[in-house]
Amino acid sequence: MERKRQTFREWLRGGDPGIWLTAGTVSFSLIMVFGLLFLIMVEGMGHFWPKSLVRFQMLDATVSDRFRLGEMVDRETVTADQVRSSGIEVADGQELVDRTLLKTGNRDVDGFDFYWFLDDHVQSRDFPLEVFTAEREEWGNFYGTALGIEQDGKAITVPENGLWPEINIRLERKASIKKRIKQIEKKEMGGVNYRLERLRLRLRKLELASVSLSDTRYSEIKLERNELDTLYASLSGELSALYKKIDRDVLVAETINGNLLRLPFSTLVNAFQPNKMSLFDKVSHYFMKMAEFILDEPREANTEGGVFPAIFGTVMMVLLMSVIVTPFGVIAAIYLHEYAYQGKVTRIIRIAVNNLAGVPSIVYGVFGLGFFVYIVGGSIDKLLFPALLPAPTFGTPGLLWSSLTLALLTVPVVIVATEEGLSRIPKNIREGSLALGATKAETLWRTVLPMATPAMITGLILAVARAAGEVAPLMMVGVVKLAPSLPLDGNFPYLHLDQKFMHLGFHIYDVGFQSPNVEAARPLVYATSLLLIVIIVVLNLTAIVVRNRLRDKYDGIDT
Amino acid sequence: MNVESEIRQEEPKVAVDVSSIRSDSTDDSEQTGESPISIEVNDLSLFYGEAQALNQINLRVPQKKVTAFIGPSGCGKSTLLRCFNRMNDLINTVRITGKIKLLGEDIFDPAVNVALLRRRVGMVFQKPNPFPKSIYDNVAYGLRIQGSYSKTVLDEAVEKALKASALWEEVKDRLNESALGLSGGQQQRLVIARAIAIEPEVLLLDEPASALDPISTLKIEELIFELKKDYTIVIVTHNMQQAARVSDYTAFMYLGDLVEFGDTKNLFTTPEKKQTEDYITGRYG
Repeated sequence: MERKRQTFREWLRGGDPGIWLTAGTVSFSLIMVFGLLFLIMVEGMGHFWPKSLVRFQMLDATVSDRFRLGEMVDRETVTADQVRSSGIEVADGQELVDRTLLKTGNRDVDGFDFYWFLDDHVQSRDFPLEVFTAEREEWGNFYGTALGIEQDGKAITVPENGLWPEINIRLERKASIKKRIKQIEKKEMGGVNYRLERLRLRLRKLELASVSLSDTRYSEIKLERNELDTLYASLSGELSALYKKIDRDVLVAETINGNLLRLPFSTLVNAFQPNKMSLFDKVSHYFMKMAEFILDEPREANTEGGVFPAIFGTVMMVLLMSVIVTPFGVIAAIYLHEYAYQGKVTRIIRIAVNNLAGVPSIVYGVFGLGFFVYIVGGSIDKLLFPALLPAPTFGTPGLLWSSLTLALLTVPVVIVATEEGLSRIPKNIREGSLALGATKAETLWRTVLPMATPAMITGLILAVARAAGEVAPLMMVGVVKLAPSLPLDGNFPYLHLDQKFMHLGFHIYDVGFQSPNVEAARPLVYATSLLLIVIIVVLNLTAIVVRNRLRDKYDGIDT
Repeated sequence: MNVESEIRQEEPKVAVDVSSIRSDSTDDSEQTGESPISIEVNDLSLFYGEAQALNQINLRVPQKKVTAFIGPSGCGKSTLLRCFNRMNDLINTVRITGKIKLLGEDIFDPAVNVALLRRRVGMVFQKPNPFPKSIYDNVAYGLRIQGSYSKTVLDEAVEKALKASALWEEVKDRLNESALGLSGGQQQRLVIARAIAIEPEVLLLDEPASALDPISTLKIEELIFELKKDYTIVIVTHNMQQAARVSDYTAFMYLGDLVEFGDTKNLFTTPEKKQTEDYITGRYG
């Protein structure tokens, strides 16, 4: 007993528990991080894989719901009591039941697109070859069998090589028309609308300045407006012709239980037969879906389609914030470290700056809304855009105010990092410069600041990491669920700082918790989270590479 | 170490006019002959806050000669050196009384532009402190600060300074490489080149060889011997042999006092003060 205690003591004194504790903590953190990444990756990346369609033949069902067709989403074992309590009968004496979650689609037919089925109620399951999945712009996916194609209301004869090559040709035709429609609506008509709006503003300005009606400027405006009106009319003429064209084809299909459905091609995004696809087809489909996710706009209350506007908004906002926060933080740090008298006041300022970093971000959101949006933005509107009032231009949440609010949130990080960098520059380098007849300012510009750039960039990296993940304050100062257009376009002044924008962080919240169709949105939440992480990593890596290049330059300096 | 033999060894090289100076700290007699005064220190006292670091120093540094400050650590020799280009201004708590004149001009005069003063009084520090820039940019640094010189003028000045500091042959093919890649001794010579590129009147060397190996030290000492043709040099050193080898005049300082100042040969062979003798014979310090 005595000896054992001694060894335990020795074990303690040797520091072994400390090593185990520290190493254990590190491993735990690593497991958490990699576990999180792994979960997000598996759930998010799997979303794009074309899933096979399984057909359940149900026991004791009427003819109208004999079969169930859909994608297998989840399987679980639950207690029989839980199932009983939701009103489903389970044989007595059974403790546990297995059940399967099937995405059955066809929301327009069934009302829901996800169903749990008890395995006990399923007679058999198989994978019929001829069934297909159709992604639609409304009502979610359709699962069923294609019967034929109608062109201008008349059924066409099925070609010799089968129905599907013909469907694909018509899908491509639809896609090219769609592209043209989008171009007209977004770019060309958008441009005309923009110019009309500017004309309206000029007119309003003239009215506000009470210029007499006989002024030549009125007629100029009128002339220009007539021109634009004709342009608009011709564009809308083309547009309605295109809409007519796109409505030509209809796909006739039936559900697994024999309900006939007519699916206009214009409403189809994509159609394919997953059970017939080879591995190569599936892989190419996978990448196509992934590209769609990254490059397309969202559909159906953000539960389908892509997240491009959110990516764009996030990156735009972070870049803008970096442009604002870096000079501001660096300049403040230079004053604090180089010029300010190092007394009580400076110390208090430093403490205050450090504490700013700990203020909850929602507080910044409230401040941004109250100060930036209403006070600053309101004043800008009064001074610069009186013609638009009462509709606000800058007096409403927008990209600029979001960037400014986040800049305010992250400025302490930049200040602290820069100050640390400045204090790490060896005294003898400064003295060397001063001894050559450089003034303090010259020393700062030519030697000290270049040497402190790695530290400044470190500050920026930390700022970006914090800002890109911040959502709460943005909900108050500029982020929306769905922005009609990107903040960057071809119309002067190209970058629209006053516009609202979409953000990946908010998108996750919106899709995950505000979505009408939670089950359908769930994989998207993971995919979006993964994307947000990837973007933050990319932004950070860029900055880190730049910093390391700079650091190499100053390597070997004798401190 | 046998100090005398060291001096004898150097004798053919260091030909000094022994008669020109025999001074102690209060000697006010006129300087005669070929050595006009570069820096004149009158009743200089310096305080770090309450602590006094220099006490009533009086000293005349002759032009185009090498003057060495020796003394034990903390005796104030570096502090005195840093007064000559007002480097002590950087320390907030420093208070100075007394006067220093550079060629007759009071350097503590409020009208004096410190940056201009430092262009006239160059300084090299104990540790080599090249900027993290190319060799060329290091040497051109001082000139660029003075204004925009043309490329040809800069090229010439850089070459001249590097030749004068005996570094040209070693670096002429890699002027655009980082100065941080040079060896310690090369870096120190680069820093000297950087200082003389702006052609100062006085060059202050604060223990320039104490961080270097013996061979680099020898090179620096040879360089000092060359440079004194054009510059007034004041060197602080711990190493008495070095002071004996390179300097024409030596000042011995102890606890903030200037104990003895005189011709190097005389000071090392026949010191007037007991303290000096004790120090150079190694009885303390």
